[in-house]
Amino acid sequence: MKVVGGLFLNRLALFLPLALFAALTIVLLLGLDKDPSELPSALVGEPFPSFSLPALHDADRTLDERDIIGEVVLVNIWATWCFACRIEHAMLNQLAEQGVKVIGLNYKDNREAAIAWLKERGDPYAFSVFDEQGRLGIDLGVYGAPETYLLDATGTIRHRRVGVVDDRVWNNEFRDLYAQLMAVQR
Amino acid sequence: MRLRWSMGLAVALFTSVLFGSENLVEFSDESLRSRYQTLITELRCPKCQNQNLADSNAPISKDLREEIQRMLEQKMSDREIKYHLTSRYSEFILYRPDVNKTTYLLWGSPFAIFLIGLLAALRLNRRNKIDVGSLDKTVIDQESRIAELLKSGEDDK
Amino acid sequence: MTVELGHIALIVALCLACIQAVVPMVGSFSGYTHWMRVGHSMAVGQFVFVALSFACLTAAFIQDDFSVAYVANNSNTLLPLQFKISAVWGAHEGSLLLWALILSGWSTAVALCSGKLPLILSARVLSVLGAISVGFALFLLLTSNPFDRILPIPPLEGGDLNPLLQDFGLIVHPPMLYMGYVGFSVPFAFAIAALIGGQFDSAWARWSRPWINVAWVFLTIGISLGSWWAYYELGWGGWWFWDPVENASFMPWLAGTALMHSIAATEKRGVFRSWTLLLAILTFSLSLLGTFLVRSGILTSVHAFASDPERGIFILIFLGIVVGGSLLLFALRGPTMRSATTYSGWSRETMLLINNVFLVSSMAMILIGTLYPLLADVLDMGKISVGPPYFNIFFVPLMSGLMICLGFAGFTRWKNTEGRALLHKGVIPSIVSLVMAFALPMFMVDKLSWSNYSLTAVATLLLVLWVVTMSLEDLWLKSRGKLSSLRGLSGSYWGMLVAHMGLAVCALGVGLSTAYDAQKDLRMVPGDKTELGGYQFQFVGVERVEGPNFIAYRGNVEVKSGGELIVRLSPEKRNYTSGGQVMTEADIDGQLHRDLYVSLGEPLGNQAWAIRFQVKPFVRCIWLGGLLIGLGGLLAALDKRYRRRRLRKGADESSGGLVFE
Repeated sequence: MKVVGGLFLNRLALFLPLALFAALTIVLLLGLDKDPSELPSALVGEPFPSFSLPALHDADRTLDERDIIGEVVLVNIWATWCFACRIEHAMLNQLAEQGVKVIGLNYKDNREAAIAWLKERGDPYAFSVFDEQGRLGIDLGVYGAPETYLLDATGTIRHRRVGVVDDRVWNNEFRDLYAQLMAVQR
Repeated sequence: MRLRWSMGLAVALFTSVLFGSENLVEFSDESLRSRYQTLITELRCPKCQNQNLADSNAPISKDLREEIQRMLEQKMSDREIKYHLTSRYSEFILYRPDVNKTTYLLWGSPFAIFLIGLLAALRLNRRNKIDVGSLDKTVIDQESRIAELLKSGEDDK
Repeated sequence: MTVELGHIALIVALCLACIQAVVPMVGSFSGYTHWMRVGHSMAVGQFVFVALSFACLTAAFIQDDFSVAYVANNSNTLLPLQFKISAVWGAHEGSLLLWALILSGWSTAVALCSGKLPLILSARVLSVLGAISVGFALFLLLTSNPFDRILPIPPLEGGDLNPLLQDFGLIVHPPMLYMGYVGFSVPFAFAIAALIGGQFDSAWARWSRPWINVAWVFLTIGISLGSWWAYYELGWGGWWFWDPVENASFMPWLAGTALMHSIAATEKRGVFRSWTLLLAILTFSLSLLGTFLVRSGILTSVHAFASDPERGIFILIFLGIVVGGSLLLFALRGPTMRSATTYSGWSRETMLLINNVFLVSSMAMILIGTLYPLLADVLDMGKISVGPPYFNIFFVPLMSGLMICLGFAGFTRWKNTEGRALLHKGVIPSIVSLVMAFALPMFMVDKLSWSNYSLTAVATLLLVLWVVTMSLEDLWLKSRGKLSSLRGLSGSYWGMLVAHMGLAVCALGVGLSTAYDAQKDLRMVPGDKTELGGYQFQFVGVERVEGPNFIAYRGNVEVKSGGELIVRLSPEKRNYTSGGQVMTEADIDGQLHRDLYVSLGEPLGNQAWAIRFQVKPFVRCIWLGGLLIGLGGLLAALDKRYRRRRLRKGADESSGGLVFE
C-alpha cells in the first residue's frame, strides 16, 4: 500500500510541469491583447501641476495653472516637429468648433515656427502655453507629442491619451467622460 | 592678494587651454557623479524600446538626465529623486522595481525556487540511499545488462 | 519566376514534412519497416526543398527584386552584397525561413547519422521533427510568407536594411544562434520518442548526448557572438542588457547546460531519468517560447521583430500543442519507478544535482523577471519594469555559488566520494586563491587607496582562481604528474576542463571589467586632450567621409601611453542615405588586458563634439571565455566513444547496435 501511494504521488508530481505551463499559456494569451509600450499616466486623479510659463502668442503674458483650472478642458501637447500632430489637428479644430475648450501646450518648440504653424492650419486652442524647456512636460509625465489630457472643473486630471486623438479614440475614451464632467459642471 | 588671485586665474586659463575638454555634464561636487551614473542606468527611458536613460538618445531621456542633475544639485536624496520621477512617469521608469505588494512575488520567488530545488535535491539524495523496497526487478536486470555491455566504452566521465 | 519557385518549393516541403510526421510514427506502431524508413528519405527531401526555397529568396535579394515585399522592406540597391545576402534573415519572415532550413538540416543529420539506432526509435524521432517542421512551414505559408509580391506597381527602390544590422555580426550571429536553438529539437524528439516507446534505459541517454553537446556548442557561440556584436555595434560599451530577446536565448542555454550535466548521470548511472527527460523537453520549449516572445510583440525590446498579434496567436497555439502535448505525454508516461542505483551524499550524482539546482533556479528567475511586467499588466497591477538591477542581484550570487561547487567537479566520484577527502583537495587551492585574490587588486591601480581597492575584483579573482587551481590540481592528479598520460584522458574530460576554464575566463572578464571600468563624457574641440585609465587621448578633429550607402563624420582620436602613440581611433557618426537613420559607430582598440573604446556623441556647434571615452580592462575575456566554453563542448562531443565503429567482435550483435555512429 505504501508503495502504491508513493507511486501515485510520483505520478501526480509529473503533472506539475503541465499545470505550470497551462498557467503560463493563459497569461501569454491574455497578454497578447495588451500593449507593452502604453504607459499609464501617474497623474490621473491628481491636480494639474502648477507652473509659470509665457503664452505662445504673447511673450509678455505669463500663464499659470489658474488659467487652466476652472472648466472642463482638454490640454493638448503639440509641436511643429511632431508629424502625428498634423494628423490630429483637423480633429482638434472640429472639437473646438463643437464647443470643446482646448488649451494647447507647445512643447519644446520654436516660437515663430509654432505661431506660423497655427496660422496655417487653424488654431483650435483657447490659448497655447509656450513650454520651451519642457519642464511642464516633465511635471505632467509627457514623453512625446501628441498627448491629450482631460481635466474636470476642479483641475483634476481625469484621463490621458498618448498618441493621435481621432474619431474612434474620442468616442471610445473621451466622449462619455467629457459629457459626464460637463453635466457636473453645470 | 591680487597677484595671487590673478596668477590663480592665469593658471586655470592656461590649464583649460592646455586640456580644453570639459565634462559634458558638470557637477559642483564630483561625488555626485557616481550617484548620477547609477541613477541614469537604473531608470528607464519612458519612450524607448527598453533602454535606460544613460544609453538613450531620445529627447525625453536628455531632459530627464538634466532633471536628475538638477535634483542632485538641489541635494535631493536618491529616494526623493526616484519618487519625484515615479510620481510623474509611474513605476514603469524604475528598472529596479520597488518592493511592495505588487512585487513580493517577483522578489521572493527566486529565493523560494532555489530553496525548494535544494530541498528536493537533498530529499532525493536521502531517499536514494535507503529505499530498496520499491525496486522493480526487470529494471534492475535491464540496467545491469546494459552496464555490462557498455563497459567497453567506459571511462571515468 | 524564381520567387514563385521558392514559394512552391516551400509548399512541397510542407507536404513532405506532413508525410515525415505521420507515416514513420504509424509504421513504428504497426511494425511496417518500409513505413518507418520513409522518415529518413522525407527528411532529406524536405531539406532539399527548403534549401531551394531559401536559395530563391536569396536570389531575389541579390537581384534587387523589389516586387517581393520582404526584399523591398529590407534591402536597397546601394546595400553591399554581403549584407544583401544576410538581409535574407534580417527580419521576421526570412529568419523564420532560416529556422525552417536549419530544422530540416538537423532532421537530415539525424536521418543520415542514425544507422546504428533501432529503426523504431529513429522513425519516431524523425516523426517528431517532422511535426515541428509542419508547424513552422504552416506558420510561414499562412502568416509570414517571405514571397509575397507587391503588385501591380513594385517600388523602384527598397527601404534598406536597418543600419544596425549592416554588419558582420548579422552574417554570423543569427545562423549560429539558430543552429543551437533549433538543434535542441533533436534531444526533444529523442525524449518524446523515449516517452512514446516507454524505454528509458541508459541507451537513450547515450544516443541523445552528442546531439545535445553539438547544439549546445552552437548556442554558446551564438550567444557569445551576440554579446560581442552588441558591444561594438551599439556604441555604448555595454555587452549584456538582460533584454527580453537576450533572455530568450539565455534561458535555453541554462536549461541546456543543466541537461548536459544531468544526462551524464542518466547515461552513466541510470539516475534522474524523469528529470533529464523533463529538461530535454524544457530546453526546446524555452526555444519555442523565445520565438513567441520575440515575434508576438508581447514584450518591448530593441531586438524585437516587427510584431503582429495574429502571428502571436499562431505561435501560441503551436506552443500549446507542442509543449503542452509533450508535457502531457511526460505526465502520463514518464517513469515513476526510481532506478535501482543508489548513491551517497558526496557523490558525483549529488554534485550534478546541485549544479542543476543552480542552473535551473537561474533560468526560472530570468523567466520570472522577463515575464513579470506582462503578468502585472494582465492582472491589472499596473505597468512595471524589470531590468538589469533585478537580474544582476540574483544572477551574480547564483553563478558564484555554482562556481564554488564547480571547483570540486573533477574530484567527485560516481556513487560515493569521501567527503573529507574532497574538502582536503580544496585546502591548498583555497589558500592560494585567497592570498592572490586579496593581493592582485593592489597592483591593478596606479595609486592604491581605500577607494580604488576593488572588492568586486577581489571576489571575482577569488572565484576565478578557485576554479582554475582546483581544475589544475585535478588535472595534475589524474595525469599522475606525467605528461605522457595526458593522452590517456578522454575527450569528455578535456571538454569538461576546457569548458570550466572557459567559464572562469568569462567570469574574469565580467568581474574585472565591471570593477575597473572607466568612462568619461566630454565636450571637446579639435586639439583637446584628456586622460583616462592611464592613457592620454587627444581629439584631433572630424572629417566628412562617404561610404557605400551613407555619409559619415569620422573623428580622429590619438591615444598615447607614457607619451608614445599607441593607436589612432576613428569613431564615426553615420547618416544612412536611404532611411535617414543616424548611427554611432564606435572605434575600439581591443587587447586581452583592456579595450580602448571611443564613440562620437552629438556635434555641439563651433567644431565641438560630445565624445565618450571608455577604458574597459579584460572585457575581451568575456567572449574569449565564451569561445572556450564552446570549445569544451566540442571536445566532449568528439569523444572517441561516439565515433567508435566496432566494439569487441561479439558485442556488436548482442548489443543490438548500441554504439552511436
